[in-house]
Amino acid sequence: MSTRGLQQLATQTRFDFVLLWRNPLASFFTVVLPLIFLFVLTALFGNDLVTPAGPKLASRFVPGIIALSVVQASFVNLAIVTVFRRETSILKRVRGTPIRPWVFMGGLVATAYAVIALMAVLMALIGWAVYDVDLVWKTVPSLIVTLIIGGAVFCALGLAFTNLVPNETTGPPFLNLVVLPLYFVSDVYVPATDDTPQAITLIGDIFPIRHLAVALQGSFDPLSDKSIWPVTNWLVMVAWGVAGVLIVTRWFRWTPRG
Amino acid sequence: MRSPAIEVTGLHKSYGANKAVAGVDLHVDEGEILAFLGPNGAGKTTTVEILEGFRSRTAGDVSVLGQDPASAGLDWRERIGIVLQESQPEEYLTVAETVIMWAAYFPAPRPVAEVLELVGLAGHRDQRVGRLSGGQRRRLDLALALVGNPELLFLDEPTTGFDPTARREAWAMIDGLRDLGVTVLLTTHYMDEAQNLADRISVIAAGQIIARGTAADLAEAASLQTRISWNAQEVPLDELPDQLRAAATVFDVAGQPGDSRTSTAEGPTRLAILTDEVTDTVAALLQVAGRLGGKVESLEVQTPTLEDTYLALIGEADRAGGLNR
Repeated sequence: MSTRGLQQLATQTRFDFVLLWRNPLASFFTVVLPLIFLFVLTALFGNDLVTPAGPKLASRFVPGIIALSVVQASFVNLAIVTVFRRETSILKRVRGTPIRPWVFMGGLVATAYAVIALMAVLMALIGWAVYDVDLVWKTVPSLIVTLIIGGAVFCALGLAFTNLVPNETTGPPFLNLVVLPLYFVSDVYVPATDDTPQAITLIGDIFPIRHLAVALQGSFDPLSDKSIWPVTNWLVMVAWGVAGVLIVTRWFRWTPRG
Repeated sequence: MRSPAIEVTGLHKSYGANKAVAGVDLHVDEGEILAFLGPNGAGKTTTVEILEGFRSRTAGDVSVLGQDPASAGLDWRERIGIVLQESQPEEYLTVAETVIMWAAYFPAPRPVAEVLELVGLAGHRDQRVGRLSGGQRRRLDLALALVGNPELLFLDEPTTGFDPTARREAWAMIDGLRDLGVTVLLTTHYMDEAQNLADRISVIAAGQIIARGTAADLAEAASLQTRISWNAQEVPLDELPDQLRAAATVFDVAGQPGDSRTSTAEGPTRLAILTDEVTDTVAALLQVAGRLGGKVESLEVQTPTLEDTYLALIGEADRAGGLNR
């Protein structure tokens, strides 16, 4: 990438981050809501040992809520912001300037990664400090790979999803309608156990959110050795991401639909 | 001789059977302000969006700053500025932050302070965009179009929603662009705006250019005459020489055709003559007034405004069946 492209990306990221931070609704849903969920889940279900040998129940909640943060910061926020920019003709105006489309969009993607990094560190620290969650150092590389793949995949899907949203007012309810039910079948709030109906896990397995959550849970389980490199989960996510990219290249709109 | 900034010949754009643009020719010289007028649905926006590179065309030749907008690259976009009819900058950034962000899109932007000064927003640089008035937001729109230091500016209804003072200020600002050598294609519904700012005017109706030239050229094309009017109490209809009497029309107070009495309960009746011979007619009228021993305090001489001309031209095209698609 050219130096100029990098400078443009840095400026765009700086202001996209400022915009997220100053927008009360956006910052609530990407930063505050996941924190509330973590506190509510541990208050509801307690924090006993999962098995006599450990780990604590919160070590299942923390990765689930990190997965939720990834989806909120990339898929949900990116789609809402992009639909808003499309419908208020900001995208059209930007298209009339010499900035490269991917540099402009890169600002939102980089912002999503910044929030993901912040939330992952915050959740892990709260888990460790408040709920006795073990930090498993040997799985950190795998955790980072999962977050990188997750961020990219859900950003691509967020952009692809904008094609289905007719206008800026229907953006937030539309997005929530998609993600809220999926969180329930995707091990985000409550991890699947042997008692979970098979239909639920099957539905969850089709969509990418469960694969993100399961991959992250492996990274917080000190006893797990098989999930250190959750390649299958990564591949399913990547397949969804590729589909998202194809949809974006073919159908993405820069001009208002309304 | 100046080279053209915009050269369009035989532009067509069809959506199925609907011909939105049906053979438009347009020529804008470098450094010129051209007003592009026409009723809603006449093909104005479609034409401008083709010139801006947002829409494809069905047929015709288009050259904007020497390039075809349909295939022009990012280097071409560095040279144009666009103010859309409706757009809404991000409300959570300040005025200065918004301009700084947009400046980064261009390789050789104008300094941010200079741009804010130019559009009269220097005193609002740290204000959030969400707290700006409608007029101030429009100035910010213009600032974003100017920050890239464009050679050509597309202004689509730049003063819609402005109060009269704000509109005058915006005109002064757009007029100031002339000194910077910027070419402007101005789309507007306000005839006084076109009259005040534009070097030349093109009128589009039903996808075709129906008139072009200066405001005076257009008035001539519409063959509109000057209206001379006065109160019938001062010079009654019966006192006029035959020739003038035949030409005069009687109006009531409300401006509707009325009877020939000098006044009614509502007020004095007005008489009016439409003519190209302004001096002779006024002289004849003053002569009659002098003979009657009075004055013609109520005398008004109205040359046709651009709005009169525009309405006449559009009306003419409409009668010719052009607008009844």
